[in-house]
Amino acid sequence: MNVSDILFYFLSALAIGSAILVVISRSPIYSVLWLIVTFFAISGHYIMMNAQFLGIVNLIVYAGAIMVLFLFVIMLINLNTDAKPQKGKWLRLAGTVAGGCLLLVLVAALKNTEVKGMGVQVGTGDIGLINQLGKALFTEYVVPFEISSILFLSAMVGAVVIGKK
Amino acid sequence: MITLLAIDWLFILEKLILIVSIISISLVIAMYETYAERKVAAVMQDRRGPNRAGPFGILQPLADGLKLFMKEEIIPNTSNRFLFVLGPCMAMLTAMMTSAVIPWGGKIHFTLFGADRWVSLQIADINIGILYIFGVVSMGVYGIMIGGWASNNKFSLMAAMRGASQVISYELPMGLSLIALLMLTGSLKMSSIVGGQIDSWYNVLYQPLGFFIFLVCAFAECNRTPFDLPEAENELNFGYHQEYSSMKLGFYLFAEYINMFISSAVMVSLFWGGYDIPFIKDANLAEQIGYNWLAALQGLSMFIKIAIFIFAFMWVRWTIPRFRYDQLMNLGWKTLIPLSLFNMIITALVVLLREYGWRF
Amino acid sequence: MQHLTNRAKPVDRKPMTALEKLYLWNIAKGMWITLKHIFKRKATINFPEQRREFSPVFRGLQVLNRDAEGRENCTACGLCAVACPAEAITMEAAERQPGEEHLYREEKYAAKYEINMLRCIFCGLCEEACPKDAVYLSETFAPSNYQRKGFIYGKEDLLIPHPKLEPEAYQQALGTRAKRQEKASSN
Repeated sequence: MNVSDILFYFLSALAIGSAILVVISRSPIYSVLWLIVTFFAISGHYIMMNAQFLGIVNLIVYAGAIMVLFLFVIMLINLNTDAKPQKGKWLRLAGTVAGGCLLLVLVAALKNTEVKGMGVQVGTGDIGLINQLGKALFTEYVVPFEISSILFLSAMVGAVVIGKK
Repeated sequence: MITLLAIDWLFILEKLILIVSIISISLVIAMYETYAERKVAAVMQDRRGPNRAGPFGILQPLADGLKLFMKEEIIPNTSNRFLFVLGPCMAMLTAMMTSAVIPWGGKIHFTLFGADRWVSLQIADINIGILYIFGVVSMGVYGIMIGGWASNNKFSLMAAMRGASQVISYELPMGLSLIALLMLTGSLKMSSIVGGQIDSWYNVLYQPLGFFIFLVCAFAECNRTPFDLPEAENELNFGYHQEYSSMKLGFYLFAEYINMFISSAVMVSLFWGGYDIPFIKDANLAEQIGYNWLAALQGLSMFIKIAIFIFAFMWVRWTIPRFRYDQLMNLGWKTLIPLSLFNMIITALVVLLREYGWRF
Repeated sequence: MQHLTNRAKPVDRKPMTALEKLYLWNIAKGMWITLKHIFKRKATINFPEQRREFSPVFRGLQVLNRDAEGRENCTACGLCAVACPAEAITMEAAERQPGEEHLYREEKYAAKYEINMLRCIFCGLCEEACPKDAVYLSETFAPSNYQRKGFIYGKEDLLIPHPKLEPEAYQQALGTRAKRQEKASSN
């Protein structure tokens, strides 16, 4: 077990643990903060896989901007009282069943994938570096890239239109 | 990653010394920034400023720090205790972290156990240096927001909201103005951006508009006047750190000054040649006085440039009144973003034309 | 409307042009002004070491005067107390005993003479009312104090130092009064 293995398991434990805490935290503020910790752990994984650009952009966009907006909303509508416990036990049962189904589907989907059993390729590959990523996005995947940017633009225009009403 | 973590104790020791010295230097500089701020304010208002503690009052920051330590530590009863303490810690942490990727000087050369060692005066030369700075700066919002919210005070909350939305809004034109710069340098690495400017033209000559936009945004990111809305004393009772006292308040105030220092350092590195000594060929100088002295002189030149920027920060603070909130947002979204987009397109056009040899 | 001075300017409420919205020109002007102020003469002084001169008409703390031989001028006639619009002065008279001629100039003197500096408005009417040149307003002001009773000044606070025993302190307390009086009489 070398250093990168230790780092990998540490980051994975951190990511999963904080993701669980996101779900079970009573206060929504704490949920958001744990989600930020999760993003940090995932960014750590990106960096371990030599994808520094993706890692840091993940931080800037998700932890730096989107989560701030979440915090904004939660703080402004003053959700700092603890969330009320769920009422009916049937609802809880249904939730458990639905979640279990999702888990089952995920496990089934991942069971036969190729990477199973392979260790993480630490420090290899350069697709996450900015040069390679830029080339891939603007040559090979230029059409989906532009389409997604148009999607964002239309979302923005829509928000402005709704805001103007 | 493996090479970084493979055990090279000397390497780790070097980096540790570098980290400790840079952090202590930035703390001392932040301390004397408070003194300089008061002095600059004084001379601009025809006053004398602090001149009682020590000769010319240079011990004033120590007295201020001692005062902050001696003050009573108050944690409001209704606030969230953990987050209340976390807020100033976050502010301080993010302020300190940015200094990791800034190159403070050339390489130092020494011989240890018969082996030549070259140590560059930069903690980490990662190949996404600028983005790292961006990431850390965007984390800085959490210090403000968590502190403002955990104070459980309407004024603090409003100020925190203002601060956060201001920082997010001004990150956009900042990033856009940087993109134009990156088109010229072709690298996100801080060391190669600075290296490209050594013994040649500074980036500010190619990117005057970009530099200007970056400067304005840096003012906004540091929450300095004219963008110091989060701590508008007369509207929001001292802003997001209203409920804070003692050293926790000190951390917030200190973080502001460290931010000022670091953003000056970033501006110097990106646009004003970093540690390059102006008007002199650094390589020639190295042959005459040796690399270690050159590194010292380069560090000095960097700090002089930074001091000029810090003075500019203070100069602006004691000149310009605060913007109104709508003016602030209008300036950010309706003026600076279009300007930086324009700058970006022009730069892209020029770079493209140069690549094709000025032919269409 | 009639303007009082020719410097008055009507308020300009035109909407800002695009260039003005950048605030650049005005900011540069402001920065230039503050830069000029760096090199200007300082308006403040180092207070305890340097002191400003009082204006010739300054009216400060009251002083109970002595004559050249060090005898108190005051005869406790009460004219100052009557003249005082703030009713800050109280006094008690006493008769001079034989053997006290070197202390008091006339047969009657003020055994107690108090001025409440919280009430005093430093108008100088006591000085004008005094027929014996016994009370006048000096060139100092009342120092701060923690308690109200510290502002009730008795005789020991008000009396001028003895001209024979402490000539230096006497001269200092006298200040520029003689000069001012000369100037006033010559005018």
